[in-house]
Amino acid sequence: MKLEIRGLTKRFGSFTANDGIDLTIEPGEIHCLLGENGAGKSTLMNMLYGLLDPTEGEIVVDGVPVSFSSPGDAIEAGIGMVHQHFMLVPVFTVAENVMLGREQTRGLGVLNRRKASHLVRELSERFHLAVDPDAMVEDLPVGVQQRVEIIKALSNDAKVLILDEPTAVLTPQEIDELMEIMRELKAQGTSIIFITHKLREVRAVGDRISVIRRGKVVGTAAPTASEAELAEMMVGREVSLRVTKEAASVGKPVLEVRDVTVIDPRGHQVVKNVSFEARAGEVLGIAGVQGNGQTELIKSLLGLVRPDAGQILLEGRDISRHGPRQSLEDGIGYIPEDRSHDGYVGGFSVRENLILDLYRHEEFSRGGALRLDEIRANAEARIAEFDIRTESASTPVSALSGGNQQKVVVAREFSRPLKVLIASQPTRGVDVGSIEFIHKRIVSERDKGTAVIIVSTELDEVYALSDRIAVMYDGRIVATVDPDLPREDIGLLMAGATTDEESTAR
Amino acid sequence: MSDLEKGPEPREPRRGTPHDPDAEHVDVLDPDAVGGEDAAKQVQASMAAADRPGGPLDLSVYLPTAKVTAGAILIALVIGAVLIAISDDGVIESLSYFTSYPWDFFTRSGDAIWSAYSALVRGSVGSGAAISTTLERSAPLICAGLSVALAFRAGLFNIGGQGQLTIGALCAGYVGFTWDLPSGVHVVAAALAGILGGAVWGGIVGLLKARTGAHEVITTIMFNYIAVAVLTYALSKDAFQRPGSDNPQSLPVADSARLPEIFGVHIGVLLAFLAAGLVWWILERSTLGFELRAVGANADASRTAGMSIPKVYTLAMLLAGALAGLASLSGVLGRGDSLSLSVVGSTGFDAITVALLGRATPLGTVLAGLLFGAMSVGGGAMEAAGTPRELTDVLQALIVLFVAAPALVKGLMRVKESGGGATVMAKGWGS
Amino acid sequence: MGIVSLLDKTAEPGGPAPSSGTGPQVRDRADVRRQRRLIVVFGIVALLVGYFYLDIDDFEIQYSLAERITKEDRPQPWDTQLMMIVCLVVVVVSLVLALVNRVPRNAWAGVLFVLVGVAFLAAFIIWNFTDQDGAVARTFFNPLPEAMRRSTPLVLGALAGVLCERAGVINIAIEGQFIAGAFFAAVASSLAYSAEMGLVGGIIAGVGIAAMLGVFAMRYHVNQVVLGVVLVAFATGFTSFLLKQIPSDPDIRQYLNAPLILERIAIPGLSDIPVIGLTFFNQTLLVYIMYVSIGLVTFLLYQTKWGLRVRSVGEHPKAADTVGIKVNRVRWQAVLLGGVFAGLGGAFFTVGSNGTFDNGVSANYGFIALAAVIMGRWHPVGGTLAALFFGFMLTIEVQLGQLDRIPPAFIQAMPYIATVIAVAGFVGRVRPPAADGEPYVKS
Repeated sequence: MKLEIRGLTKRFGSFTANDGIDLTIEPGEIHCLLGENGAGKSTLMNMLYGLLDPTEGEIVVDGVPVSFSSPGDAIEAGIGMVHQHFMLVPVFTVAENVMLGREQTRGLGVLNRRKASHLVRELSERFHLAVDPDAMVEDLPVGVQQRVEIIKALSNDAKVLILDEPTAVLTPQEIDELMEIMRELKAQGTSIIFITHKLREVRAVGDRISVIRRGKVVGTAAPTASEAELAEMMVGREVSLRVTKEAASVGKPVLEVRDVTVIDPRGHQVVKNVSFEARAGEVLGIAGVQGNGQTELIKSLLGLVRPDAGQILLEGRDISRHGPRQSLEDGIGYIPEDRSHDGYVGGFSVRENLILDLYRHEEFSRGGALRLDEIRANAEARIAEFDIRTESASTPVSALSGGNQQKVVVAREFSRPLKVLIASQPTRGVDVGSIEFIHKRIVSERDKGTAVIIVSTELDEVYALSDRIAVMYDGRIVATVDPDLPREDIGLLMAGATTDEESTAR
Repeated sequence: MSDLEKGPEPREPRRGTPHDPDAEHVDVLDPDAVGGEDAAKQVQASMAAADRPGGPLDLSVYLPTAKVTAGAILIALVIGAVLIAISDDGVIESLSYFTSYPWDFFTRSGDAIWSAYSALVRGSVGSGAAISTTLERSAPLICAGLSVALAFRAGLFNIGGQGQLTIGALCAGYVGFTWDLPSGVHVVAAALAGILGGAVWGGIVGLLKARTGAHEVITTIMFNYIAVAVLTYALSKDAFQRPGSDNPQSLPVADSARLPEIFGVHIGVLLAFLAAGLVWWILERSTLGFELRAVGANADASRTAGMSIPKVYTLAMLLAGALAGLASLSGVLGRGDSLSLSVVGSTGFDAITVALLGRATPLGTVLAGLLFGAMSVGGGAMEAAGTPRELTDVLQALIVLFVAAPALVKGLMRVKESGGGATVMAKGWGS
Repeated sequence: MGIVSLLDKTAEPGGPAPSSGTGPQVRDRADVRRQRRLIVVFGIVALLVGYFYLDIDDFEIQYSLAERITKEDRPQPWDTQLMMIVCLVVVVVSLVLALVNRVPRNAWAGVLFVLVGVAFLAAFIIWNFTDQDGAVARTFFNPLPEAMRRSTPLVLGALAGVLCERAGVINIAIEGQFIAGAFFAAVASSLAYSAEMGLVGGIIAGVGIAAMLGVFAMRYHVNQVVLGVVLVAFATGFTSFLLKQIPSDPDIRQYLNAPLILERIAIPGLSDIPVIGLTFFNQTLLVYIMYVSIGLVTFLLYQTKWGLRVRSVGEHPKAADTVGIKVNRVRWQAVLLGGVFAGLGGAFFTVGSNGTFDNGVSANYGFIALAAVIMGRWHPVGGTLAALFFGFMLTIEVQLGQLDRIPPAFIQAMPYIATVIAVAGFVGRVRPPAADGEPYVKS
């Protein structure tokens, strides 16, 4: 099936998300769509999949113009999609998820679960995608959930398969497996649109590369193009992710974590016997694939989750039974991984969010009454200092761009004296300019003598910032290594392999 | 009570999706899909600022909201007019000869509608006495409405006003007719007892929510029934019954426990306005209000910022209960009603609609309380003119329904304004 | 070479063990909490049952398996001491199980809870009926047939709630559907001079309110809790307005609010079974419809294509949309079907029981049905069981209210206190359908 996109444009109000995009996907090719977060890749794919109506332009399948008013039409036309955020019902089984929308029945609308399981088994054998059809999706690891998504698309006889940022949640080994699967699919005649912002992957698997920037196709390239070339096309100027920083002047341990174990409400141990220490003036990076216990570990450090066993010592005092309020008072700064969920109150103004955890201090309230003048002055100062782009200090934070929302959180956490800074995914969904800014501030906080803990699933970020790297896998810290270790080895550690380096630098 | 206990995280991006509890405005953009753009967001920023109290003091931003409310009232009145017409005997009679004298149908309909609505207005604000009655009727609605509104801002749905009023009335009444105190002290003691009673009843619900996560919609409904049982029990005791009577009815409170009058209305009216001012101060100017609104808008972020969610829930319900208790004073201490099973009427339920119409803001609640108070008083006059007073209940429900659906009102009124509409509401069952 | 081969090496025997496997031996706090809670609850129950036992002087009570005294069914004496001992044993054994943390975690846990609940209730009822002061001891009549009747609207309402909320639309307006259903059932039955037509009238009214719920929730995205409350207010006001408009002239009233009442239909054979026959098989058409509805809703939700889709739009509407399911269409279907059941439930209050409509006829049963939905964890069978529990409590309340062991007002409050305890103690943090109450808007 040949898929052509001609002059596709999408506007939201005055904002143009996609501007006259032309693309051709030949039968049986892996076409990579490369672009930064927010470049408009997802918008384009959502139009292709019938989730959004294009403002202008057309989609042509095998020479015939089509219009998709719903995903059903797109599926009918042979387009399948694996979404970045999986479109799976967590409380359904694999087979139920796969058959949803085109259910196997015994007639009269009565489900035939056996037949559905059989179909899943058949597809999983044919494409070498191991899954148990009767498993509950919420119990499966993300890598397997992704396989379910692929099977779901294949069960609809997809001729063109869109993979939207499929590697974000995978270990390097799982990524390799996924690439194998992609080659297998290609061999069996399926075209693939592979969306990513990771250069390495594009070059490894792509047949052709189209680069999107600010809603426009800015060029195409062959997989032989160098990473530097591709990167420049993608962001429009030469960038380096390297953060310039002095060698760390490491002080004494500030935060010591001893044998911490956390059990989630379903009774699984998500953090297992974790021990490490964070030292003054040093950045400790915690690397690992999403969902290996980092989230819970960090939450236990702040007191959002109480560890079921073990101790957390701040300057020698046990704080493992403290709640978040005490931890904040003690001088722990926290940048949560999901800022809209935990970092700010969307409906609150920038001004209010800048004092979200400071309002009880003498500076901003007295006798239970807020000191509005001081709050206002604080907001003006932070907005200027952190270059927060907002219409005014009374604009709700939900109306800001992702980078500026994150700057609000960062500005707030940096506006009080810290002993420990914990930053979880500090630059997720943030534009390049803000990334640089936030990284610089983190390094300067380190240079002030704060113990910094960075949790990131982006290996590049961990490398750029860290003075030491702890790798988490399956709830444990499997190794603590220096950042000069080759990334392949860290990738292995992230996938659960143990190496000789485990004993080093503890 | 960690985040973990809420089951798996939703995989959908939360930010900016239309059902985002954080976003008060309807957001057509999914920043995850497009990101990085500021122009479109600025438009929404100014739109969203419109609903935010404490924003720039530009009254024009409230205009769309006011227009929608006015439109909602108008549409409700039109529907009410149809109901009046089709239920009027004269009009129905005229239908039987509609083909020969069609005009008769219209004049009779017009007469019926006019007489009903004019009676409604005359009865509520047509005379000094009517206005006094309206104010006195509005006072409990305003207080109870503030109770619902305050809880709302903390993300709690207080359907328990009815029960809190009942317990408040019980406590105030008991102190009012059994204790023997000097007049000034007595009324204060009785009032405090009522407020405290309501506060305790509401506080229990808050505590249950805070400690166990029991959903407040269910527990407040149950506490309404339990309050009725408590009242029934009390009224079966001699201490509460009129001497020499077995009826479940008490004596009215002693004169020394009656609310004093100023400007021809009892002081409960003044208290209601003062309560509105106090609630405004708490919500907008105090640290407690800051916590309350933060928790109501995003409990997770508030917790991460070191706020205690259990404390906020408990305090919010305690305050809400106290306001409901205050509302109960109008009847027992104001009008001098004796305790009986119908002592609080349906004030607790009406308060929900009052708070909704007032968009959970103190000023809005006061205005809505006055409107509904007037409608309730005018309903009596309307009934005398031949239209059942229950029509006002229908009108009130319709007004709130339409106010909650600004798109519908705009469509019907062909108002071409954008923005302004969405109400500040806690989402779904989310606890 | 590289990554893959390195990985293989680690898997070799003798190599470093992969760091999966179990973690340290740590007892889950959730488990501790559960045990503590069970000990407290079972402990209180055991104390109460023990107190009942010790407090009773004369264990003999009068009982009848019929609903009233007739010549054939005279009250029988019954020495309840053995029964009390059985109850005590059940409760104490459960307490011991909790103390040694051996309370099962699977379906047997449910059985155990039910056993404890039944034991407590039985002991409580016996305690109430023993040692009566009056000259003639009051008889304990079989409460089950009446409980089944009272449960009927509750079950139907709960099914309506489950259907809506499984599809992701919160329905607090069950009470409103009851009121409207009751009113229009009365009108339809009076007009058509047929009780069965009354059911049709109820259905139409229930679906009507459901349609309002659908329009405002799905088309205009009104907050659904708000909407439910407002719809109840609307239905209450509207029906009482119309009721006042029905002239008191008996000739006209006869056409509008003098409905025929459904008659009891004894199912041949089955109705002769002792106790069970009277309870289940000597009821009105509406009760039989209720039986069928439970199975129907459960089957529809869990065994059919439609049910799979309903649950998917309630859990993850976007996922449903991406496979071509029209989210709002499915939600509409579920809400309207729910309206059918809620309307039938409403019809119970007029054509299913007393006849004429009056204000307050539904006695807030709609809110109790709502509680049943949540206590039943949004499952039709769970909701049914919760509704049956409420129905039983409301029935027993009438009988116990005439005795003087404890104040009638307390008995009146019992079902509600029980609900609070259940919601706070056991189903506190239940998981509603993930997208419940969230309107679905495309991108």
